[in-house]
Amino acid sequence: MTMAVTKLRVEEKLYQNRYLVDPGRPHIKVRPHERPSANLLALTHICPAKCYELNDKGQVETTSDGCMECGTCRVLCEANGEIVWNYPRGGFGVLFKFG
Amino acid sequence: MIEQEFDAIVVGAGMSGNAAAYTMASQGLTVLQLERGEYPGSKNVQGAIMYADMLEQIIPDFRDDAPLERHLVEQRFWVMDDTSHTGMQYRSDDFNEAKPNRYTIIRAQFDKWFSRKVRQAGATVLCETTVTELVRSASGKVIGVRTDRAGGPIYADVVVLAEGVNGLLGTRAGLRKMPKPESVALAVKEMHFLPDEVIEQRFGLQGDEGCVIEAAGTISRSMAGLAFLYTNKESISLGIGCLVSDFAQTMESPYVLLDNFKNHPSIRPLIAGSEVKEYSAHLIPEGGYKAIPQLFGDGWVAVGDAAQLNNAIHREGSNLAMTSGRIAGEAIIEIKGRNQPMIRRNLALYKTMLDKSFVVKDLMKYKDMPALIHTNSRNFFMTYPQLMSQAAQNFMRVDGTPKIEKEKATTAAFIKARSRWGLISDVVRLALAWR
Repeated sequence: MTMAVTKLRVEEKLYQNRYLVDPGRPHIKVRPHERPSANLLALTHICPAKCYELNDKGQVETTSDGCMECGTCRVLCEANGEIVWNYPRGGFGVLFKFG
Repeated sequence: MIEQEFDAIVVGAGMSGNAAAYTMASQGLTVLQLERGEYPGSKNVQGAIMYADMLEQIIPDFRDDAPLERHLVEQRFWVMDDTSHTGMQYRSDDFNEAKPNRYTIIRAQFDKWFSRKVRQAGATVLCETTVTELVRSASGKVIGVRTDRAGGPIYADVVVLAEGVNGLLGTRAGLRKMPKPESVALAVKEMHFLPDEVIEQRFGLQGDEGCVIEAAGTISRSMAGLAFLYTNKESISLGIGCLVSDFAQTMESPYVLLDNFKNHPSIRPLIAGSEVKEYSAHLIPEGGYKAIPQLFGDGWVAVGDAAQLNNAIHREGSNLAMTSGRIAGEAIIEIKGRNQPMIRRNLALYKTMLDKSFVVKDLMKYKDMPALIHTNSRNFFMTYPQLMSQAAQNFMRVDGTPKIEKEKATTAAFIKARSRWGLISDVVRLALAWR
């Protein structure tokens, strides 16, 4: 009864999920920038699917394949134009089996 | 795609959208419901607890065939620090009633069932269809929607925006503002599968009885947040959520919080040996009464999470969603019955009816709580939980220290951490916001 719960990396968590990726049509884009704002930088830590990462120039990039469409990045970074956010086309994106 | 003009278009097949579509279709209105997911529920995330009364008002005999997991007989509330929990527990056999009050559900399954009821009531439900834009007349009235399917716009007298907390349509059309980071929580959740007899044994349950644990404290690392563990039949839904503004400030990773919660010594044995089959994330409206946006206008109404209708204090969301959807549907039916146009002046009936319901009354009661908790999160989610744990441990550990000294030490610790004035002020502010 005391078996330890294995600590999973987020990539392994996302591997449990079902996605239908729309190739060549990412639904989130980061606008080109010199230096990320505090909110944009925060996404590299707080995005629950770890979709945002810093490149070697210190700019934030996104790969939205593992996105769970929660909208956290939209709430923080859409209003000031740092990211462009759309829902995936109908049927694409994350498909929760349990939800 | 579809040539017919509808009485109503419902955007979204979650709790509020299904309630609205069902209510209207079952009264003979022509209803088109559009859902972007592959099936209803495939985009929906909730804890999830479902309150029977609110569904009963829509589908009285839902217990006959709805996919319900366990009816709740026990609720625990835990204040946690890193190694302990101080708990309140309520369990009653009264909840083993013929028509139980609360159930755990799995949304993907529940929403499929609810959607089947909507179709049986006569609505047209179209999945894999993302609504991209609202169509407006020259005067600005919403008269239909455009979707990402081939073909022109689809028209209706009224559009019900049941598009959820992250609804793009309403914000893009300028009908409401985007939720503020301090009025939405980001919650992450995992589904842990275990044999039903193991769940029953670990939580002291029999048959379909269920237990809920809700927990706050240092697990949210001084952010305003709450963790939960809900027992389903053969799985445990387990998650944690904190305000987006707090996440942005602390830069904590939600999955790290979740793993720490899972590894807490009070939680770990409850999920030991489980198989994780899904990881999900979702925003929860937490702004309460003061965050409710404009709810109606010319040719449209907003319901459920899109309208920020969530009682964060009591963790009630889906029942406010279902009730707002039902009430919007009833208002539309009444306006239609009077042969009146679906314009702002007439659709105000929806808000009038909603204001009279528990939905707005409950949110009004706690209108000052979100701001209080948000601006005092360090005290409520770090300092007090630690003090409570120290006090309890001090009281229970028998080590030859005279009791009077133990009491003095506990009092001193509280005063040192928050000062006399701080303690009084916290109590008064909490009482005022709760009243």
